[in-house]
Amino acid sequence: MSVAMQDTAIRTGRAVRVLIYLFLLLFALFYLLPLYVMLVNSVKPLSEITGGGMMALPEVWTIEPWLKAWSTAQIGVEPTGLKPYFWNSISMVVPAVAISTILGALNGYVLTKWRFRYDTILFGLMLFACFIPFQIVLIPMAAVLGFLGLAGTASGLVLVHVVYGIGFSTLYFRNYYAVFPTELVRAAQIDGASFFKIFWRILLPSSGPIAVVCIIWQFTNIWNDFLFGASFASGDGAPMTVALNNLVQSSTGVKEYNVHFAGAILAALPTLLVYIVAGRYFVRGLMAGSVKG
Amino acid sequence: MGFLDIDNTTKSYGAVEVLHKVDISVEEGKFLVLVGPSGCGKSTLLNMIAGLEDITSGEIRIKDVVMNGVHPSKRNIAMVFQSYALYPNMTVGQNITFGLEMHGTPKAEREKAMHDVAKLLQIEQLLDRKPGALSGGQRQRVAMGRALVRNPDVFLFDEPLSNLDAKLRVDMRTEIKKLHQNLGTTIVYVTHDQIEAMTLSTRIAVMNGGYVQQLGTPQEIYDTPANIFVATFMGSPAMNVVPATVRLANGRPVAEVALHDGSLAELPFSQDNLAAWEGRDILLGIRPETITDEDAADRKSSNIAHLTNRIVVTEPAGSDTFVSMTLGGKDVIARMRSDAEVRPGADFTFAVNMEKAVAFDPASKNRIVP
Repeated sequence: MSVAMQDTAIRTGRAVRVLIYLFLLLFALFYLLPLYVMLVNSVKPLSEITGGGMMALPEVWTIEPWLKAWSTAQIGVEPTGLKPYFWNSISMVVPAVAISTILGALNGYVLTKWRFRYDTILFGLMLFACFIPFQIVLIPMAAVLGFLGLAGTASGLVLVHVVYGIGFSTLYFRNYYAVFPTELVRAAQIDGASFFKIFWRILLPSSGPIAVVCIIWQFTNIWNDFLFGASFASGDGAPMTVALNNLVQSSTGVKEYNVHFAGAILAALPTLLVYIVAGRYFVRGLMAGSVKG
Repeated sequence: MGFLDIDNTTKSYGAVEVLHKVDISVEEGKFLVLVGPSGCGKSTLLNMIAGLEDITSGEIRIKDVVMNGVHPSKRNIAMVFQSYALYPNMTVGQNITFGLEMHGTPKAEREKAMHDVAKLLQIEQLLDRKPGALSGGQRQRVAMGRALVRNPDVFLFDEPLSNLDAKLRVDMRTEIKKLHQNLGTTIVYVTHDQIEAMTLSTRIAVMNGGYVQQLGTPQEIYDTPANIFVATFMGSPAMNVVPATVRLANGRPVAEVALHDGSLAELPFSQDNLAAWEGRDILLGIRPETITDEDAADRKSSNIAHLTNRIVVTEPAGSDTFVSMTLGGKDVIARMRSDAEVRPGADFTFAVNMEKAVAFDPASKNRIVP
């Protein structure tokens, strides 16, 4: 061991170190393999895939599969590509994430700073929402949506995701606010701030980390949801995941694997983007609040 | 009728009563300190004055207006919290003016009030900083600034100095006292530190177990404690409480106490009415500073008793030397001059200022009133 090396508790020789990094590199490559396959196959003509060269780099580079998946591929009966469904998903996910996050923050605020009788029991009941499997609520939810006249609409789907998301968002914010000093709320009360003023001016500005966690979590879950989308949205109103399924599972014609790969990447892109942009805060937020308490 | 009246006020959580019929009245411009050990109900009482806790029964009035059920922001009070409770997302200036903003004060007026207060507290250069970038003492000042800017009827302080280090605590204590003297505001101050209570207050309420044990001026509390709890809680080192028997010597009552070797010594009382206790056991209360050597004995006292006893331990503390001995089977501390010639294990003749001694009923633990 060289003198310059830092003397840590674990003594490792250079050879061991090299071995460790080699292993790590191997694992990293292994986990990146699917992404490689998807990327590579989405930019080569179909003939190269069916010719058995799935692992090989493309001989002819083309973005044709991407364009096709986006705007002209056959989804169900219409050759619309994934484009309209992508916007369906966006216009469903954004309000659903926003509403469930804000409601979760409000719930957390009330459950920690405006304690009332049986509030812990209420919180416990809300936590059930985190554990109930999707399948159990399908039929009651369908009945409720029918009763409200929202069956098969985008707003109906937003409602479903908000209701399902509140459990998690409440859990995050409650645990975050539990360690937020109550004296601040009391000081604001004496200063004359109202219920919502305190929330808006004192608590929310300090909720950055946990809000990021909550948004990433909700965004990923709602964007990736297939079951609710398939059950409660119909035809043109279907979200991206359902459309992708319809693209891949179409039983007629040639299976255009390259288009499927491109479509799958398109479907995964927004969540990937959210992680890359806000991933740093995600870990920080998890450390800051939700694990404690 | 005082400026702030706490009238027969109780507080219960469910079936548990934590404050029992508290009766305190504060005149305008006075400094009331609520002092007691943890869990004595002092902070609860302060929160009730602030309106952060409900009043179970009784009344709290400010300027003769009943405050029961009135929202904290409408009581015209300001509070300084133990943790300072500065809003972390706002600058110092915004922290100070937040209350004014919530009360709809115009911006120009807010700015002026902010600068006046900042000047008074010497925090002008900090106005644009966030609380996270301040030291403990600076945060303390900002918290006070936030209270001062509202110009309230009553200031409430909830253990404001307990998060500061020892030296800063003493500085800020003086600072608060100065502020009170200059502004003449009415203050209610909660602390568990009896020295803070003594130095700051014009009136002290000593609390324990949800009861106000004694309400009075610092001098009254110190010299004539109502019971053993008050006697031992106030003062550092604590008052010595020694089992003794009352005897008569030449028709005057004396306290008979056992020395280290079991032999008896007599200490004559200044309180004549203790003659009625002849032959009965009492608890004799002697403050450490009233036990000295002959040279340091209080010249104004009419009743200095002498007592020769063995020194067990000496603890030099710079300005004083604390000397401990065994009296009535208890450890007793005497506060001597630092240059007193005392050696552990040696016999020494102490001068006890019996004019300041108090006697307690061992059954009720209350002081036997002259």
